[in-house]
Amino acid sequence: MSLLELKGLSVTYAGNVPAVRGVDLSVAPGEVLGIAGESGCGKSTITSAVLRLLPKSAKVGGQVLLDGEDVYGMSFGRLRAMRWAEASIVFQGALHSLNAVQTIGKQIAEPILLHEKVSRQAAERRVGELLEQVGLPARRAKDYPHQLSGGQRQRVMIALALACRPRLVIADEPTTALDVMVQAQVLDLLSGLVRELGLALIMISHDLSVLGAVCDRVAVMYAGQIVEEGPAKDIFDDSRHPYSAALAGAFPRVGDELFRYAPRGLPGDPPYPSDLPSGCAFHPRCPVALDRCAETEVSLADLGEGRSSACLRACEEDLDLRGAS
Amino acid sequence: MTALAARRLEVRFGRARAVDGVELEIGSGEIVALVGESGCGKTTLARALLGLVKPTAGSVEHLSRPLGYARREMRGFRRRVQLVLQDPTGSLNPRHTVYEAVAEGLRIHGIHDREEERVADALAKAGMRPPERFFLRYPHELSGGQRQRVVIAGALVLEPSVLVADEPVSSLDASVRGEILALLLRLRDQLGLSVLVVTHDLGLAWNIADRVAVMYLGRIVESGATADVLLNPRHPYTKALLSVVPEVSRMAPVVLRGETPDPSRIPAGCRFRPRCPLYASGLPAEVAARCETEPLPVLPAELGHHAACHALTP
Ligand SMILES: Nc1ncnc2c1ncn2[C@@H]1O[C@H](COP(=O)(O)OP(=O)(O)OP(=O)(O)O)[C@@H](O)[C@H]1O
Ligand SMILES: Nc1ncnc2c1ncn2[C@@H]1O[C@H](COP(=O)(O)OP(=O)(O)OP(=O)(O)O)[C@@H](O)[C@H]1O
Ligand code: SF4
Ligand code: SF4
Ligand SMILES: [Mg+2]
Ligand SMILES: [Mg+2]
Repeated sequence: MSLLELKGLSVTYAGNVPAVRGVDLSVAPGEVLGIAGESGCGKSTITSAVLRLLPKSAKVGGQVLLDGEDVYGMSFGRLRAMRWAEASIVFQGALHSLNAVQTIGKQIAEPILLHEKVSRQAAERRVGELLEQVGLPARRAKDYPHQLSGGQRQRVMIALALACRPRLVIADEPTTALDVMVQAQVLDLLSGLVRELGLALIMISHDLSVLGAVCDRVAVMYAGQIVEEGPAKDIFDDSRHPYSAALAGAFPRVGDELFRYAPRGLPGDPPYPSDLPSGCAFHPRCPVALDRCAETEVSLADLGEGRSSACLRACEEDLDLRGAS
Repeated sequence: MTALAARRLEVRFGRARAVDGVELEIGSGEIVALVGESGCGKTTLARALLGLVKPTAGSVEHLSRPLGYARREMRGFRRRVQLVLQDPTGSLNPRHTVYEAVAEGLRIHGIHDREEERVADALAKAGMRPPERFFLRYPHELSGGQRQRVVIAGALVLEPSVLVADEPVSSLDASVRGEILALLLRLRDQLGLSVLVVTHDLGLAWNIADRVAVMYLGRIVESGATADVLLNPRHPYTKALLSVVPEVSRMAPVVLRGETPDPSRIPAGCRFRPRCPLYASGLPAEVAARCETEPLPVLPAELGHHAACHALTP
């Protein structure tokens, strides 16, 4: 039974900017779902839509079901309680948003005191436990943000997201500003929490290799839509969409001769949502596009084995998705 | 011929030994990657090589001659050795056009002849063609990849022989990374440029570097040809770094606890010992004793595969 389900979610920002266009996704307890895609494809917009944090002027279509309950039908009281106790977010770039003049302990205790009827001592005890859960000694509660390194601050952000024992955590680019070793520590931590607490985790990243390492399933987005979804390993090793293939190919695999002195990328820029190409939105950049791609609407089609792809050529055998060039 | 070299280079900030005795050479036309964790001293070493910080000991050599810090000498040097920074959005002034951004270096260096031609040429070399079309654009009218190209054109306009690129693609989307790295390779092939790339991304090193130097807490702990260092790593630190690269799934990840320790409190003996998995797994007593008491040697800059670890040199 899925904990979160998005059914045909769409978000249009003021000025007719369709940032998310009909997304179906679900995640179950104990499962890690990754969302990948270039800057501007709508990843953070989905995050905000789940917790109803979008600006008022944005139009939302479709449904967001949390444990079967429609988030957009909730009263404000219910919504407020839900935001910490059931679902929480580690926001993108939040590393820099900790309050500089308050100890991290106080900042983590705040939502606990606000949402649970507990004494200050009990909240402090919980802060200590949370810090240890994310691999920081409880005494660091007395520290101010500037006394912590980037990796330590990211751990604090995760402790904060766990403060009211949510069952769903959305981590938006949780490791992007961190170097490899600290990134590995944070990813280890998140996977451990999923195992121990049975959390449902949504990991958002533009780095497909990071998602490949920790996610069960991955959804790849392009221009507001999911273009491929499936088991993480398959998406990375055996993409069935030229866009995922290009993203996977952009990460050199150390030791693979194909990448030696041959950096790869994807020429061109993603489209702006208010100026989308016709047909398959990816066709201007697609290395294997056909004439009909510019005219035919493409939607996500089931390929079996838990995989789906939105490409007219997804079923062609032996197609080199990276283009022959 | 070495384009740029560090000789027993040290940079201290108070008690912090940010760079603590480094030998490094960048041959002419060579791409060298300097890798290591955040805080290990990569940027400080790069800034010293650029003449932006004066070493507290040791020296920088340019074309096999020690660098002098007198004003006139610095001026010539600054033209020949150019810096490319990480964040193109941060290093471009939002109110300057592409033309002004690229011409700035010429104006600073008092080069007034053929300005337009030089700017157009630099933009074209950086892959912005036809260059005239971009002259009057502002940074917000460019994509992330194009902005980084403008930054690189700003360096190329002075016709340098060495580029020092500090995390040149880490703030860019995966899809545009490739084009910038391909540009660095092409500049080396076509202009014979030498490049030092500072990065914590081992995949990037595999992509473009001829040689790799791995830095830990102010020292180079392993260096050699890219294939040697990345496919047959010898130092326990290099092995750990490689094991956590997400796409290298064949190795069991060795996630080191803690972050790079404080350069104002460098451990005695081998500086990596407090985090060394090899030491922790138990070494013969005589080796372990050396780990605890004997400092690691400074690795030579010469070609060849070198690693500084007592377990490797009985
Ligand atoms: N408040 C807003 N008003 C109008 N447009 C917006 C707003 N917020 C985001 N957008 C646009 O919606 C699109 C999707 O943005 P979003 O932040 O969801 O992308 P993202 O995938 O998270 O990108 P990144 O990887 O850069 O974080 C972008 O084109 C963005 O410019
Ligand atoms: N101006 C300075 N004054 C005092 N300490 C400094 C100064 N610049 C750097 N340091 C210290 O020197 C050490 C090395 O810093 P450096 O910026 O060279 O690391 P780095 O390897 O480039 O890290 P990153 O990957 O995070 O950029 C760090 O401990 C840093 O705090
Ligand atoms: S539908 Fe056509 S343009 Fe779109 S991804 Fe597939 S081949 Fe490329
Ligand atoms: S010298 Fe000893 S402590 Fe240092 S890296 Fe080698 S084995 Fe580890
Ligand atoms: Mg985002
Ligand atoms: Mg640095």
